[in-house]
Amino acid sequence: MTDYNFAYLDEQTKRMIRRAILKGLAIPGYQVPFASREMPMPYGWGTGGVQVSAATLTPDDTLKVIDQGADDTTNAVSIRKFFEVTAGVTTTENTTEASVIQTRHRIPEAELRDDQILVYQVPIPEPLRFLEPRETETRKMHALEEYGLMHVKLYEDISQHGAIATSYAYPVKVEGRYVMDPSPIPKFDNPKLEMSAIQLFGAGREQRIYALPPYTKVESLDFEDYPFEATKADHACDMCGAENSYLDEVIMDDQGSRMFVCSDTDFCAGRQQAGHLGALAAVNAEDAA
Amino acid sequence: MYVAVKGGERAIDNAHAWLAEERRGDTSIAELSIEQIREQLSLAVNRVMAEGSLYDPDLAALAIKQSRGDLIEAIFLIRAYRTTLPRFGSSEPVKTEEMACDRRISATFKDAPGGQVLGPTFDYTHRLLDFKLAAESDPQADAETAKPRREPTPHIMEFLNTEGLIQTEIACEDTPPDLTREPMELPSNRALRLQSLARGDEGFVLGMAYSTQRGYARNHAFVGELRIGAVPVEMEIAELGFAIEIGEMTLTECETVNQFQGSKTEPPQFTRGYGLVFGQSERKAISVALVDRALRWKELGESDSGAAAQDEEFVLSHCDNIQATGFLEHIKLPHYVDFQSELELVRKLRREAAETYPMQEAAE
Repeated sequence: MTDYNFAYLDEQTKRMIRRAILKGLAIPGYQVPFASREMPMPYGWGTGGVQVSAATLTPDDTLKVIDQGADDTTNAVSIRKFFEVTAGVTTTENTTEASVIQTRHRIPEAELRDDQILVYQVPIPEPLRFLEPRETETRKMHALEEYGLMHVKLYEDISQHGAIATSYAYPVKVEGRYVMDPSPIPKFDNPKLEMSAIQLFGAGREQRIYALPPYTKVESLDFEDYPFEATKADHACDMCGAENSYLDEVIMDDQGSRMFVCSDTDFCAGRQQAGHLGALAAVNAEDAA
Repeated sequence: MYVAVKGGERAIDNAHAWLAEERRGDTSIAELSIEQIREQLSLAVNRVMAEGSLYDPDLAALAIKQSRGDLIEAIFLIRAYRTTLPRFGSSEPVKTEEMACDRRISATFKDAPGGQVLGPTFDYTHRLLDFKLAAESDPQADAETAKPRREPTPHIMEFLNTEGLIQTEIACEDTPPDLTREPMELPSNRALRLQSLARGDEGFVLGMAYSTQRGYARNHAFVGELRIGAVPVEMEIAELGFAIEIGEMTLTECETVNQFQGSKTEPPQFTRGYGLVFGQSERKAISVALVDRALRWKELGESDSGAAAQDEEFVLSHCDNIQATGFLEHIKLPHYVDFQSELELVRKLRREAAETYPMQEAAE
């Protein structure tokens, strides 16, 4: 396709987005307003992430796109194809080979390096949104570092349920200043937010970009007597046997029997190739043969 | 046996092929042409241009064809195309008093200079299905139409203004902000609100306007004037140093007259609401005018009754149907990971509850 500029967006727009990214990196966790463009995919389907990726990609980059940790979910396929067509960059499913990774709802299991960029798709960038629907109010609350409402919410969770009843999009505090929404990743992924790679967050519909520079301090909100706990299903992966990866639960038959598999498909396939096998991998191999 | 879901790409390609087939429908029926849509479904074309924020009837007709008549999808196609277009500059403000009016009515005065012109309106049609249309293939007989006046048609509101009976709009030289180039900042201003409402969803804006009529921030509107017609569009060309006409477009403009009690500093006078929309879109233009008026409560020193239509942030954040439909429909995308974390949390909370209150559990 020659009708569109490299990676679809015109250079002026990319410059505007890059400025927002740089501002975001300079003020970690702060939501920078940007003039989000109408993209050829719907709002809510990753337009923020796509714009950030488009402004980040160079022709030498290798791009990986995941949704729910998997490279082959429909929307990941669609976004990867978009960049194959509009940017002509090399794409990969291998986490270590990628220089830019666009993700929805997961952080890859493999530890990322300082020459990699992780781009998140963000639906609602405002961590305080469900406590206060008005943007005019929440911006003021951030400016004044007025986060009492959030702590009250977490406290009410504990008094009602005996635990903090947030399992994904678990709020974090960045460098002791801004409370930030890490996008709807499971809280299992929260400890990984302190990493060597650059992390960029794009919310297209809500017109916000924010960022975490490498090695930024990111604390999940909690209380001394109710410390944050990264949880996952209490199983090992039935395919690769991994005990420390985030698992999807798959319903197997009409009786509702379940199996658990890694949500990170590249991680799981890599382990299986290296000879790690889970409880049901042998059964699968027999079935396949 | 579990097989990791592969083949998303092939599924997508096949879905697209099927969609194309469904769009075409029965191939023994003649295919719709862009010209047919443009000429015979012109109000749909107008809506797509208005909410797509791009004045191009042919592209709007193409979008309607491609979207199988789903107008929000068509608007989306136009918006996505529009963002890729380069900006050469901005036009001079259009002079709607110079509009060649096909339609121009006032509900507040029986007659006024320029007259009442009904134009091509559904207003007084009886909504009876015309079965002749189902059979008829003969070309329609030419209607008797008057040529639009050549001379300018004054705005009816200006007659009230000379008496000081209606609040004067203060001219503003500032370049209005461009919603499509700068992020929306709240609180906004009237220019941005009108821009946002002009491309807002017709149904949403209509519902908001209707709510003001039913008492949620009632401001009792009369249609002071509604006019539809073509206006010339002029643009100043830097190299020339003066403005030249670059084309013309059909617009619908509505000005409402609303009650106002007056205050300690202001004698009682009427106030206005305003709506300006691409094409013949009068339901939309009237709706915009009513919502515009409701949103002006602060500027006019009225009280906030807590109604949705008075709430700028509520209205502007939710009137865009492309944003709304995108976010609404995104819940069709996979959410396995988040749902899994919720599953685990609910199981854990139930386990803990059962341990804490074993008797109750047994009693149930």
